[in-house]
Amino acid sequence: MPAPPPIVEFRDVDKRYGNGPPVLQRLSFTAQAGDFISLIGPSGCGKSTLLKLIAGLSQASAGLITVTGAAPEIASSELAFIFQEPTLLPWLTTAKNVEMPLRLRRAPTTKREQARDRALALVGLADRGRSYPRQLSGGQKMRVSIARALSLSPKILLLDEPFGALDEMTREHLNEELLAIRQQQAWTAFFVTHSVAEAVFLSNRLFVLSANPGRLHREVRIDLPYPRTAETRQSRDYQQLVAETSRLLRSVETVAA
Amino acid sequence: MPRKLFNFLLPAATGALFIAAWYAVCFSLNEDNRFLLPTPGQVLGAFSDNRGVLARATLNTAEGALLGFGLAATVSFTLALGLSLSSLVRVSLYPYLMILQMTPVIVFAPILVLWVGPGLKSVTIITFFICFFPLVVNTTQGLISTDRNFTDLFKMYRATKAQEIFLLRVPAALPYFFTGLRIAATLAPIGALVGDYTAGSSAGDGGGLGFQAIIYSSQAKYPALFATAAVTCVLGFVFVAAVLALSWLALHKWHDSFERTDL
Repeated sequence: MPAPPPIVEFRDVDKRYGNGPPVLQRLSFTAQAGDFISLIGPSGCGKSTLLKLIAGLSQASAGLITVTGAAPEIASSELAFIFQEPTLLPWLTTAKNVEMPLRLRRAPTTKREQARDRALALVGLADRGRSYPRQLSGGQKMRVSIARALSLSPKILLLDEPFGALDEMTREHLNEELLAIRQQQAWTAFFVTHSVAEAVFLSNRLFVLSANPGRLHREVRIDLPYPRTAETRQSRDYQQLVAETSRLLRSVETVAA
Repeated sequence: MPRKLFNFLLPAATGALFIAAWYAVCFSLNEDNRFLLPTPGQVLGAFSDNRGVLARATLNTAEGALLGFGLAATVSFTLALGLSLSSLVRVSLYPYLMILQMTPVIVFAPILVLWVGPGLKSVTIITFFICFFPLVVNTTQGLISTDRNFTDLFKMYRATKAQEIFLLRVPAALPYFFTGLRIAATLAPIGALVGDYTAGSSAGDGGGLGFQAIIYSSQAKYPALFATAAVTCVLGFVFVAAVLALSWLALHKWHDSFERTDL
């Protein structure tokens, strides 16, 4: 049986800004639909740049990138971005914030409202549509930000340290929720994080990048079965993978230092 | 509750003390000089004697103030939009806007009278210029200081330039715009009064408060002059209160300046 075409493919991709040193060098990988890929590595390894390349917000200096079989700029309507900050417009209600991407695409009102209600329900905030961002907690704001991205029913979700600013408890909760949502709405995820535990918990593939220049140092397969829940964190397999990956990351960071 | 009572009683006490001091000064003057400072009672009397004239003058000044203020708000908002769109336009125009701001408009009042005639038109134009600059400066500042994360988000979702302006930059600039409006609201009645003082006219409905002030001072009706100042003061309060109410309506649901801290 031939393998299905990859949803994202990088072939020998270099990225440098202006005449500066390369941020990413000779980066090659393929992602299959449904992959949850975490990107982890020391600062300056080009994790966020990689997301921008996929999103078509930044162009490769050399090499080839295809996203859903096309150039990233063409595929951009198939993906959604979640930033570290919730970046909710403070003058709009939760509901209006979630609708914003579809509004910008001039989608008809009924479609907009359906997508909004579905997305808010997915993140468990169906009853907070009328609230303004300042009335929400940090975790709730992040949920709204996720709902906004999901309202587009994206094929690819790009997450740039989305839970970095949240406390441990909230972060673990949202990790579990994110996986639960993925069972209802299939998307391929690229997830940038500094937390090894979070990366192992979420992903089936984990890219460890090295810095200066950014390279794919090692890929770790996380074969823990889905669905993963809070209990997964208690399992020996999980804890072993976290320990191994931490060691791997430390070795990369020592080289960088 | 005692706190609230206090907040009411203290200013009331200050006011009473002030009026007592005022009377004290009045009666300490010798008979020949007493006309220089009318007592609060005399001012109140003059107010009631002249209430018809003062009411009409107040309406005339309010009209000029409102027209100039409204015109300034509209024109400044449009200009600020233009300035925010291009740093080229901004850099080329800003120094001259500043120079225009420093120019005392009142100096041109006599020539303005020659151009458009005395009365409402001149008063409106003078008020316009006095209100204009705080509005342009604040609104432009607001339109160009949109949070970078938001503009990135809009870029990410491929928003058009028009969408970025009207769905992002304009609402984000509203708090700045209202700051400008609040400053302009304190300036508008004073601007209209000064305009009327220099370019007012007794034609038509008669002059405004500035024109009335000239008449009273030339007739040495000093209590009435004080009453005119008091009325202008009240007009200023009405303007500011109206703008505060507007800004509350527009911002209280989302902006932190209206966050309730007393809960």
